[in-house]
Amino acid sequence: MELPPYATPGQRIWHYGFKVICALIFFFLIAPILVIIPLSFNAEDFFTFTPGMLAFKAEAYSLKHYEDFLTNPDWQQALRNSVQIAPVATILSVSLGTLAAVGLSQPHVPFRRPIMAILISPMIVPLIISAAGMYFFYSRIGLQGTYSGVVLAHAALGIPFVIITVTATLVGFDDSLTRASASLGADPVRTFFKVQMPLILPGVISGGLFAFITSFDEVVVVLFVGSAGQKTLPWQMFTGLREQISPTILAVATILVAISIALLTTVEILRRRSEKLRGMSPG
Amino acid sequence: MSDATDTGPVLAADGTPLKRSLQRALRAQKLRALALIAPLLIFILVTFIAPIADMLFRSVENQIVSETLPRTVIALKEWDAGTGEAPGEAVFAALAADMKVAVEAKTHTKVAVRLNYQKTGIASLFRKSGRQVKRWDLGADAPFREKFLDIDEDWGDVEVWQTIKTYSSPYTAGYFLNSVDLELGPDGMQAVDEDLAIYRLLFNRTIFMSLVIMGSCVLLGYPIAFLLANLPLRSSNLLMILVLLPFWTSLLVRTSSWKVLLQQQGVINDILVWAGLVDDANRLVMINNQFGTIVAMTHILLPFMILPLYSVMKTIPPSYVRAAKSLGATNWTAFWRVYFPQSVPGIGAGCILVFILAIGYYITPELVGGTDGTFISNRIAYHISRSGNWGLGAALGTILLAVVLVLYWVYDKIVGIDNVSLG
Repeated sequence: MELPPYATPGQRIWHYGFKVICALIFFFLIAPILVIIPLSFNAEDFFTFTPGMLAFKAEAYSLKHYEDFLTNPDWQQALRNSVQIAPVATILSVSLGTLAAVGLSQPHVPFRRPIMAILISPMIVPLIISAAGMYFFYSRIGLQGTYSGVVLAHAALGIPFVIITVTATLVGFDDSLTRASASLGADPVRTFFKVQMPLILPGVISGGLFAFITSFDEVVVVLFVGSAGQKTLPWQMFTGLREQISPTILAVATILVAISIALLTTVEILRRRSEKLRGMSPG
Repeated sequence: MSDATDTGPVLAADGTPLKRSLQRALRAQKLRALALIAPLLIFILVTFIAPIADMLFRSVENQIVSETLPRTVIALKEWDAGTGEAPGEAVFAALAADMKVAVEAKTHTKVAVRLNYQKTGIASLFRKSGRQVKRWDLGADAPFREKFLDIDEDWGDVEVWQTIKTYSSPYTAGYFLNSVDLELGPDGMQAVDEDLAIYRLLFNRTIFMSLVIMGSCVLLGYPIAFLLANLPLRSSNLLMILVLLPFWTSLLVRTSSWKVLLQQQGVINDILVWAGLVDDANRLVMINNQFGTIVAMTHILLPFMILPLYSVMKTIPPSYVRAAKSLGATNWTAFWRVYFPQSVPGIGAGCILVFILAIGYYITPELVGGTDGTFISNRIAYHISRSGNWGLGAALGTILLAVVLVLYWVYDKIVGIDNVSLG
C-alpha cells in the first residue's frame, strides 16, 4: 500500500481518497458501539449529549444509570438468570461437542457429511424458526417456560460453534501421539485427558467462549421457550427497547461491550497460542 | 523367498485371515467414532431436529376439526355446496351431538378459533351456540335445524358450512396457501381479499431489503477487506480488531445504539441541527422505517461480509497485479481485470452469508423497523405469540426454512460449510 515516489497526482488523490473512505467505513463500524459509552454516564434521562456533557462539566456526568442497574430488582433478576443459564448451557455444549468432534476427526467415520450437517444445523436455521419449532415441541413435552428448556435450547444453539472450533484444532493433530500413549499403556480415557486434551484445549476454550456468548446474547429463542421466570439480560433489554426505553439500557450495553472486549481478547490470544502450538505460524 | 507352497490367504498373528482381521479393526474404529458422536447426535435430534420436524408437521396438520366434530364431518360429505342451500336436518343433528360433547370438553372454542382463521365470525357463532346446546336434550329436542337457525341465522349461511367442509380433512395445504395470499374456496384455490393479502408483500419486502443490505455490505466491506489484505500483517491485525469488536458485541447493544443514534432527539439529528443542515422543527425520521432497518442491519452484518472477503483476498498473490502492471496495465485495469475476478468467490460467499442471515432476522427489524420495515420473521413471531394461528406461523416458517436451506446448499457448493471461519 506504499505510494511510489513517481506517483501521478491522480494516483495520489486516489491513494489518499481510498484511505479516507476506509477510515469512514471503520468509523461507521466502531462509532455506534463507542458512542453509547459516554452516553451511559449521562446525568439526565436523555439519549443524546446534553450541553453540559459537551462542555465536560462534571455535574453533567453521573453513575446513576449504573446504580439503577445494580439496584433495580428487574435488572438484577435478569442478570441472575443470565448467569445461571449461560454457564450450564456452555458446559453441556462443550462436553458433548468436544466428544463428538473427537469422534468426527477419526479417519473412518460412516455418514460423516450428513452427521456434520445435522450437528451444524442449529447455526444455519434462522433463529426465529428454531424458536418457533422449539416453542411448539417444548410445549408438547412440558419443557416450555422452564429453566431446563432454556438451557437445552441454548446448548443446542452453541454446539455448532464448539464442533467447528474443536474440529479445526484437531485437523493439525498428530494421531501417532495417541498411539504412542496407548503403546505406553495408557487407557483411552487417560490418553484423552493427558495427551489429546492439553493440545486441543485452546480450541475447546474458544469454542466454549463462542457457546457462552451465544447463550449470553441470545434473545429470540429465550423469548419463546422461556417464561417470565427465565427473563435474561438480553430479554430485559429487548422489552426495555420496545416499550419504555430507559437510559439504564445504555449502562447495561456498556457493561456488555466491556465483556465482549474481554472475550475477544481471550479468543485472539488463544487462537495465536494454538497456531503456535501446532507450528502453523512462525513466531 | 523360498517357493511358496502356501497359496492360502495371508494370516494375521492370531491365525485369522488378514483381510478379515483388518475389516474387524476398521469396524471397531467406526463403532468407536460413532459411539463418541452418538450422545451429541441424540441430543441435537431431540432438542433441535425434533422441534423443526414438529414445526413442519404443524404447517399441514388440521386434525382439530375432524376430531372435535367427527359426526358433522361425516354427515357433511353428502352435502353439496353447489345447491346454494344450507345442509339438512341430518347434518344439524350430527352438529348438535358433536357440540354437546365438545362443550363438555370445552373444545368447541378451539375448533371455533381454528375455523375463524378462515372465515371471521365463526368463533362467535360457535361460542353463542355452545351456551345454548349445553341445555338441549339430544333425544327429545329434535329437530335441530330450526333451533340452530333460531340461535343465529348464520347457521343457514352456505359459506359457514363450506368452510367447515373444506377444512375437515386431517391434513391441509390451507396454511401454505394462506402464506402466499391464497385460500381454499368452493372451487379450489382463490385469492384472499385484497386487504388481507399481506404475505406476498412481506416476502417481497424481506427479499428486497435483504438484497439492499447485502449490496451495501459489499460496497462497504470490499474496500475494508482489500485494505486489510494488503496491509502488513502487524497493522492489519490491529485494524482487524475494529472489525471483530462489532462482531463480538451483543446484537442488542448494537441495535440499541442505533435506536439512540437515529431517533428524532438522537445524536445524528442533533449534529445535523447543530451543523445547520436540518431545521430543528423538521428533524429527519430515520427510525421505525425501512431506512432504520437497513442502516442498522448493514452495520450488524458487515463483519460477515468482511471476514470471508478478507480470507479470499489473503490468498491472491500480489505478484499477479505486479505482473499486470509491468505489462503496461494501469492501476485500474490491473485491479479490474486481474485482482477483482480472483476476489469474486469471496464476494459470493459473503453475499450468500449476509443474505441468509438477513432474511431470517427478527430482533433488529422488530425494534427499529416500525411498520414498513418489518420482515417475514416478525409475522411468524406475531402468529406464534399473539394471534395464536400456529399453523400459519409454521407454514411461513417452513417456506423461509426452505429458502435458507437452498441458499446454504449453494453456499456449500461454492465455499464448503466446513470452511466457515469464526473470527
